[in-house]
Amino acid sequence: MRPMRWSTFVTVGAFMLISTIPALAKERAEDNYRTYCVQCHGMQGNGKGINIRDMSVLPRDHTDAKEMSARSDDDIFKVIKEGGVAINKSVLMPAWADVMTDEEIRDLVQHLRKLCKCSYGK
Amino acid sequence: MSRIKGASKNPLKLVALAAMTFASAVGWAADGEAILNAQCSACHNLAGPAPATLDALWNRKGPDLFYAGNKYQAAWMEKWLQKPTRIRPAGMFYGNHIKPGAKGDEVDATTLVTHPALPATDAKAVTGALMQRKGRSDLVTAGAYVPGTISRSSGEMLFDKFKGCLACHEIEPGYGGLSGPEVYTAAKRLQENYLISYLRNPQAWDPKTFMPNKRLSDTDLQKFVHYLRLLGEEVKP
Ligand code: HEC
Ligand code: HEC
Ligand code: HEC
Repeated sequence: MRPMRWSTFVTVGAFMLISTIPALAKERAEDNYRTYCVQCHGMQGNGKGINIRDMSVLPRDHTDAKEMSARSDDDIFKVIKEGGVAINKSVLMPAWADVMTDEEIRDLVQHLRKLCKCSYGK
Repeated sequence: MSRIKGASKNPLKLVALAAMTFASAVGWAADGEAILNAQCSACHNLAGPAPATLDALWNRKGPDLFYAGNKYQAAWMEKWLQKPTRIRPAGMFYGNHIKPGAKGDEVDATTLVTHPALPATDAKAVTGALMQRKGRSDLVTAGAYVPGTISRSSGEMLFDKFKGCLACHEIEPGYGGLSGPEVYTAAKRLQENYLISYLRNPQAWDPKTFMPNKRLSDTDLQKFVHYLRLLGEEVKP
């Protein structure tokens, strides 16, 4: 009887532990973009999101190959993770370290490269 | 035989009687709970936890209410439930309520829901039941907010120029961003100690929220709540 109850206890305990740990599944870059970036950078990534009406500095047009190719992947990573001020840009561009892992941010940099159809320098 | 029959009847009666007495003793609370389960639980999470994936965030139909007692002002809630007005100009998840327009993305107002209104007695019962939901008490500290004042212009400088909050929030009808809730009514709706805690770390309450953590100092946290209170006083009832 005793070992049985002990094992039940352990099983239930393990189950409770698993079910209270938040899911840490990695999200897809386009889904992170839709959630966190589109509000300012727009559904098409053209810098024309629903929030721009009263913004004093406009969000970057992510489809602008000329502007986007002027930034290295490291700089783009940094501005997403630490925000505009980290690269001497506007405070209106927030920091997103609290909602994305470094890996997710790196995927997002690649997603931006798809939007601009460009890479650093070209 | 007859002795056994009689004995088994009595305890049954007793249990039924006890249940009825209990139900009538907690009458109003039971009412509020019943309304919540019947009319509100389809859109509101009443037990937690907050969405842990983007999919769950996108499909959330109404604000989480499992920590309502730590978040809302009861007096505001009771009134609002009788005459609900829009708080989030672009709905719960703005991504479900936007469309491309001539000058850029626009809110598609036809997709926004009109909130159900409750009669006064139901609003009171439901408010009572919601205020008992004290999830995440670990995140709020009594006395965290220390009442003080700030001028309208310094408050606005902080909100707009220095911290960039205006990008997502309206500070008066028709002025500011649209993806977050209007903040000119925030101090009327929300408890001050909740505001301090939420502004310090929005993701602690709602891990996937698109309100960024702005790493505000303790001094700025206090100033923001002074400012939200000031905005609230200026709102015409
Ligand atoms: C609250 C509005 C807002 C949100 C949300 C936002 N941005 Fe920005 N972003 C801006 C603004 C404004 C600028 C322009 C900053 C400047 O030019 O000083 C900008 C600039 C940028 C730049 C260009 C920086 C440079 O000059 O090289 C990148 C890259 C960028 N954002 C990526 C993102 C990504 C990725 C997300 C989502 C995770 C995002 N932004 C979310 C407002 C926002
Ligand atoms: C069809 C879905 C739906 C139903 C049903 C519903 N709600 Fe809501 N509720 C919402 C949405 C969406 C909002 C946000 C409104 C806004 O921001 O303008 C909301 C907001 C609220 C708020 C304000 C909270 C906040 O932070 O904005 C309270 C309180 C509330 N609901 C209580 C209730 C109660 C009580 C019921 C049942 C009688 C109920 N709701 C039924 C969708 C719903
Ligand atoms: C990128 C957009 C964005 C920025 C920038 C932003 N917020 Fe928010 N804010 C949100 C969203 C989204 C919510 C939560 C919406 C919800 O609960 O449904 C929120 C919630 C809030 C709330 C609680 C409102 C309520 O009704 O529950 C307050 C207060 C607030 N923000 C203040 C600020 C302040 C102060 C700043 C600047 C330091 C700021 N916000 C910057 C998007 C933003």
